[in-house]
Parts: sequence; C-alpha cells; structure tokens
Amino acid sequence: MSDTINLIIDGKQVFVPPGTTILAAAREAGIEIPTICFHEATTSNALCRICVVEVEGSRVLVPSCVANVSEGMKVQTQSERVMRSRRTILEMLESTVDLSDAPEIQSMITEYKAEPDRYPQAKSRISTPIDDNPMYLRDYAKCILCWRCVQVCAEDAQYTYAINFSGRGYDTQISTFYEIPMPESTCVFCGQCVGVCPTGALKPKRQWLMELGRTPDEIMDLTRSERRNRRRRVEVPSNEQA
Amino acid sequence: MLKAEKIVSTTCPYCGVGCNLQLHIQDDFIYRVTSPFDSVVNHGNLCVKGRFGYDYIYNKQRVTTPLIRKTRQAPGSRTQAFDRSEWRDATWDEALDYAADRLVEIYQRDGSQAMAVYCCAKATNEDNYLLQKMYRALFRTNNVDHCTRLCHAASVIALQMAVGSAAMSNTAAEVVESDVFMLTGSNVSENHPIIALQMKKAVQKHGARLIVVDPRRIEMVNYAALYLPIKPGSDVPVFSAMAHVILKENLQNTQFISERTENFEAFAASMEKFTPEYAETISGVDRQLIIDAARMYATAGKSAIYWALGIPESTHGTANALSLINLALVTGQIGRRGTGLNPLRGQNNVQGSSDSGAMPWHYPGYQTVDNEQNAQRWEKTWNIEPGGLNRQRGLTTTEILSAVHPGGVQALYIMGENPMMSEPNLNHTRKKMEELEFVVAQDLFINESGAFADVFLPAAAFAEKDGTFTNTDRRVQRVRQAFPPRGEARADWQIICDIAKRIEKRLGRPQSAYWDYTHPSEILAEMGSNVPDYAGVRYANIDKVGLQTPVPTEDHPGTAYLYTNDFPRGRGKFHPLEYVPNAEMPDEEYPFVLSTGRVLEHWHGGTMTRHSWMDDLFPEALMEINPADAARLGINDGGPVRVTSRRGSIVLRARVTPKANPGVVFIPFHFWEAAANILTTDAVDPQAKIPEYKAGVVRIAPAFEQEMTGAVPAQPRGRY
Repeated sequence: MSDTINLIIDGKQVFVPPGTTILAAAREAGIEIPTICFHEATTSNALCRICVVEVEGSRVLVPSCVANVSEGMKVQTQSERVMRSRRTILEMLESTVDLSDAPEIQSMITEYKAEPDRYPQAKSRISTPIDDNPMYLRDYAKCILCWRCVQVCAEDAQYTYAINFSGRGYDTQISTFYEIPMPESTCVFCGQCVGVCPTGALKPKRQWLMELGRTPDEIMDLTRSERRNRRRRVEVPSNEQA
Repeated sequence: MLKAEKIVSTTCPYCGVGCNLQLHIQDDFIYRVTSPFDSVVNHGNLCVKGRFGYDYIYNKQRVTTPLIRKTRQAPGSRTQAFDRSEWRDATWDEALDYAADRLVEIYQRDGSQAMAVYCCAKATNEDNYLLQKMYRALFRTNNVDHCTRLCHAASVIALQMAVGSAAMSNTAAEVVESDVFMLTGSNVSENHPIIALQMKKAVQKHGARLIVVDPRRIEMVNYAALYLPIKPGSDVPVFSAMAHVILKENLQNTQFISERTENFEAFAASMEKFTPEYAETISGVDRQLIIDAARMYATAGKSAIYWALGIPESTHGTANALSLINLALVTGQIGRRGTGLNPLRGQNNVQGSSDSGAMPWHYPGYQTVDNEQNAQRWEKTWNIEPGGLNRQRGLTTTEILSAVHPGGVQALYIMGENPMMSEPNLNHTRKKMEELEFVVAQDLFINESGAFADVFLPAAAFAEKDGTFTNTDRRVQRVRQAFPPRGEARADWQIICDIAKRIEKRLGRPQSAYWDYTHPSEILAEMGSNVPDYAGVRYANIDKVGLQTPVPTEDHPGTAYLYTNDFPRGRGKFHPLEYVPNAEMPDEEYPFVLSTGRVLEHWHGGTMTRHSWMDDLFPEALMEINPADAARLGINDGGPVRVTSRRGSIVLRARVTPKANPGVVFIPFHFWEAAANILTTDAVDPQAKIPEYKAGVVRIAPAFEQEMTGAVPAQPRGRY
C-alpha cells in the first residue's frame, strides 16, 4: 500500500496519507469546508451533513468529516448540488432551532443565502431552560442535536454516560435517563459537554444569569435555596399535536 | 449572548494535574471557563472544580482589607474570631508595621527557634521562594514547611533514598503507552480527574491492563483487570510478596539489576519471608491475586506504577513507597516511556513549593540546609554574612505545632494553609494554636486557622496575580493576572516583600537580602540562578506551553521522563523491608479502620470550595460504610452516626455503599462541622514525619439528628 494518496479537490492536486478524511485533506490544501457537528476532540458522526461534498462517481453527496480519501478521487466542495444541500440544511435548522447563540451558523446562513422563510409551517423546538443544578443550564430550544455533548460524556472523554438521546424523529432530544435531574444522574459536573456545545444550549449558570442581566454582585448574593431552583422540564408537545 | 471582554490563559489552582484554562471574563467576573483542546496536559478536558469552581473569588465573605484583632490575644487564651466584629479594618501600613513589630520583638527576645512559617502549596513558586527566603534570611530559622509534609513526604524521602529524586518520573499522559499500570492508594477519578480520564482511555482504547490495589472499591476498579482489596497498612507485605513471586519465578530483569542498581542481595534476602500466603494473612487479599498481579506487572513490556496518599500517609509510609520502588527496580520497569514511578502530587503547586525550598531540611532545589557549601551558596545570593544562615534542620509541619511551648515556637506565619482542618488530632492542634504568642494569617478568607490570627493580610487569588505553578509531572506553567485583586487585596509576593523590608529595617541588617522585585519573573530568575533544574526556566519560554523540569539551560526543551540512562544518585538502591503494623490496629473497642481523603467537589480544608457553589453539590460530610457493616450496627443510609476515636468524636451522616470494603470506613476531611481530623492519629512515620491519616481506628454507633452540627437537607447525588 502506498504511503500517499493522490486526489483532486476543486481542481487542486492533493497528497495525503491513507486514512485521511476528505475534510482534513481539504484543510491541508487550504480549502475550507464548513462544519457544524464536527469537532477536533470528538468522534465524527456526519450528523449535520453541512460538510457534504460531491465526489465524482458517487451517487449521493459524501460527508467529508467521515469519508476517507482514496486514490484518484475527484472532489468538488462548492458544486451547485453541494451548495443547495447546505442551504437547505441551514434553512431547516434556522426554521426550527433558536440559533441566537450560534454566531458561526448565523454567518453560514448569510454566506449561503439561506432563506428560512421557505418553511413557514416549520415548528420551532420549544423548551424551557432546565435549571436543575448549580453549575450549568440546559436550553434545548437551542440544541441542534450535534451529539458532541453525548460523546464527551461517554468514550470521547469522560466515561460518565449521564446523557443520551431520548425520543425519536422530530422529538429527539438530549436527556438524562428518564429525565431525572442532573444531580441524580451519573453526572460529575465536569462540563466537558458545556465546553463542546456549539449553540449555547449548554451554558454555565453564572453566564446564563449574566445574560439575564444580573450583575456579578447580584449573582453572588444568591442564597443556596435561590440557586437550587429545581425546575423540571416542561413537556414539549409532540409533532402530531402541532 | 455574552461576548467575553477578555479571555485569559492560565493554570488551574486546584489539583496537581495543572490543567490549562481560559477564563472568559466580563466586568472582572469569570462567567465561563474553557480549556484549549490542543493542551498537552488536559486536552481540553476539565473537572467540576476546574470548570466551575472560581466563584470563591467573589464570595461576599472574602476578606479584602487588612484586619487587626481588636482584643490583644495572650498565649494560652487565644481564641478564634470568625466574626468581623472582632476585627478592625486597618491600612496596609498599619497591619504590616504591627506584624513586623511583633515578629521582630519575639525574634529578638527568643531567637530563631521561636519563629516558624507555613508556606503554601496553593501559592506560586515565587510566593513560596520569597516566604522561605524571608524566614531563612531574616529570622535565621529553617522552621519552614508546608502541607507536602501531610501529603507525599514519605514518597519524597523514599524516592530520594532509592533514586535520588523526588517527583513523578514520567508525564501523566504517557499512561496510554503503558501495557500494564498499577494504581494504589489513589482515588484518581475524584482527586486527579483528568489523569483518570487518561487512565480510562488507556484501558478502553489502548488495551492497557490496570491493577488496582486499594482498601476502597474506588471507581477505577470498574476498569481494572485485577483488584486487590487490601486492608489499610498492609502495603509492604502485598508489594513485597509481589517481589517475592517475581524472584521465585525468575521474572526479574537481571541485566537491569546488575547494570543500574545496588544492594540487590540484601533486598532479595529480605523478600524471602514475604510469601503470598503470609501477605494474605496480613492484607486479606487472596494469594492468587497477588501472584497474578506480580506476573502481570513483571512480564508486561511497559509497566508503570501510580500512587497517591494511600501510600505515604502512614507511620510506615517511607517503607510503603520503597516497596513500590523495589518492584520497579527488580523488573527494570523504569527509565523508559510508559514505565516508571509516579507519585501523583495533590496540590496544584506542591511540587513547585517543594522545589522552591518551602521545607525545613532543604533550601530551594532540595539542597540540604546542614551542608556547608549549600549554606554558603545561599548566603552569597541573599547578601548574608558568612555563617549567618542557620545550619540546623528546621521543624516539620506537625513538629512546629508540637513545639509551641515556652522556649519553643512562639510566632507563626500562615500563608494560605489551614492547619486547623488539615493537621491530624485537631483537638491537640487547637490547644497548640491557643498557646501561640503571635499569629499572622495571609489568605482569602478567615478560615479555621486564620481565625486564631492577630493580623490578617488579604491576599490575591490565583486569577489576580502573576506567577508560576509546577504540576505533578514537573511542568512549570504560567499563572496570569486576569483582573486586579478585589478590594485592597495584594499578591502574596508583594505582601512578603513589603513585610520583609520592614523586618529587615527593624533588625538593622547592614545589607539587604533584596526585596525590590518589580515582577515575579525576577524572583524565579533569582531562584533559578542557584537551582540547576530551574536554571533555564524563563517566563518567555513557558509563555504558551510549560516546560518540564529539569530545564538546565534556556534552550533546553524540558524533560518528559526521567532516569533514561542513570539515576540522580547513580545506581538505584534496593531497600530490604520489614512489615510494621499501623500505629493503631482495630480491636474490640475500636473495630473499624478510618481512612480519610477528599471528594470530587471539594478541596482540602475547604477555604476555597466551601465558599463556592460547588458546596451545593456536596454540602455535608458523609461517612462511607459497607452495607454489611451498616446492617450489623443498625445504620441506615443517610442516618446520623457518631464516630469516635481515642482522640475525639464527631457526628455525621452515613452513606451506605459497597464503595467501602468491610471493616474500613471513609470520611472526607473538608467539613468543619464534622472534621475528620479530630479523629485521626498524630503518630508519624519516623523518617518522613508524615501522619497516619489513612489508618486510625474508630468505633461507630447510630446517633440522633440533634447531635449533628449544622445539619443540611440531603443532596441527591447519582455519581459513583
């Protein structure tokens, strides 16, 4: 087996070692492919599909964060089909998720001229922020289900397994088992999940309080019982009812 | 959405891992903490303390103005003053003048043996270097120590005896390169959480096999290939029985033994009696497990040993550590990547404080004080007349308080430590604190020890000052000022310089030892000029990534692992060992062995974390007890229990859990409401002077809710 693989990305010859992903090869060559769920410290899952590229001879678009390069591959990262796909992904995200804390995705929306109004019937994900512990908040109205938090809680870092997916289809959400409050779960409050969240769905409690307009002084004046505001999740109406 | 005014890179002030932090700041308020994912130390991961534990800086109880006690305290009737009404606000000049006056008065009356200082493993290298310099150069005393004495003193002594060094031999992240690693006396997932992640990864993703030897069924047992549930204090028999098996089965590394070691014959002869059968009778560990562990450790390509305070905190702590070192020497599992001897240091800067000379027998760089050449070297550096420095070894942490009596220690300076929580046998400690003539406390909060002080000097927190910490794998890393100190608080090094100048003036010393530093980097450079391991460390070359000592020259890349070709003392020395029981063994009156330690959410004496929102997660002391023991005593999960030792008694809630093995209970020592150290014994290791925190004996009985101090509602907790 050869030590290098030769491929063409956007007309540019690229040489990389076998086992390199298309995304890494492109970055190596100075070609930027947008990513959302991809993170250098977590296992790639090709969930968000924003990083898709067109590979000559391939029936479908290929997620570049997980697809490895092969000899003689011809890749287009900016083809019309790719651009349309990315635009649609962004439109669907914007029409259902609160992206106010995700400036990178917002600038992609501008860049790709995405038009969320194309889906006037779209139902926004509704959720009340879950304030069940003194360390961090979970506001799943902002969650794009990138899976990073679940992965760092599991084998990508912490081996704690406090959170996972619950629900199916549109109702999929990140949750503790049986939605128990975080302190009752196996959570060790390492905040690895907060560190990788791309949309501000997970946020340190003191940051959240500051964003609500509280001053540092007011935050530090909170008593323990005020901090222990154990609000349970408000039930999100399912798709059928909407 | 909040956008940070600034993001400041610095080093975590909690444990010895030394995680790299980015503090996100708005209005001088740390509202978020992240870590760079390319960090060589922690790869972007943090624990609860590192991620969320900085609100103590802003706690309303923090003292940010110098204080002087309203009522003059007299030896014998000194009291604790927690309430601010017992103190009056003072100016810095007033407080420093008062402290200098009283210290000099006592020194001139009673001499250097009356003076003592507790340095601080949470403070920077620069802070510690200066404080030991002040006491050595001005008060001519070596009564300088810090909590390393209560922590890894025996590991340090043993490593110095056997190999001539006193630190982890390898880089923590190297554990993924080990084929086998043995973890003993270390609840690493709570106490060094980021190293625990690397260990879990080593097992789960790199196929390493883990041997856990511990009297508690800690979380890492879930990842272990072998678990040896030893009785507290049976370390020497178990590890020596492993050596016995290695020798009997001819698994030793003969080439390594002949080329790199000495004293093998005497060692081998002393291992003869440690049969697995004999070790089983003492430790309660099945002999076959000991045999399996010996084979696994000896035959792997790369084996490493990691230990924490379960090994040194014992009256035979030095022997415990030597029994581990013997294993590495007999198998040659040292001096290569993925092998080695690795004591995990507790505090963020316990390695650095020791390196900086905050110890009674050593100048900075482990240079013994009773060596003439060493003394002369520092006399020259500090402009002291020949023969001026004290050549007598000073008192250790526990000895300092025991020496409080007429003719002994009269004045104590405490920077950042909390002996009234961390010393063993606290009732005795309290008596001794009461007998002091003068006490200076330099801290963030009036803690249990500072409450005894006459003068309180408000210090800056880690995010309010510049300096360096040296982590457990010898990496010297930058600590950066993110915002000005709260109120009138000042950096420790500045406080020390100001008080030292006043003392020097009052003593009328002809030449100044020099206290006019404008930046901590100058302090580190002064230390480096006499400490070869730090000679090449400059702030400029640790700006982005810290360097691992030894760093002998400015262009040196640092030293990832030690002992490749030889040991600092030349050959590694085997030590013959004998089994010595603990100072106290369980009997009918006191049937349980008490082990003490930390929990994930708290830090030591609690000065920081009990003033943090982390206290919400773990608000009270809990005694872990095995379900079988609990059932026999009629103790329910969450029910109050009275725990009594020969020295004292506390009441706290029980947590009934298989994490505790039968016959052994565990109490964390963070909680003043039920201070575990009221129970612990002050019996010490004869060589290292480290107390036996891990093996006092106690009796346990159900108690009443009303007997508890400061009872709080139970906090649900689902973690292991």
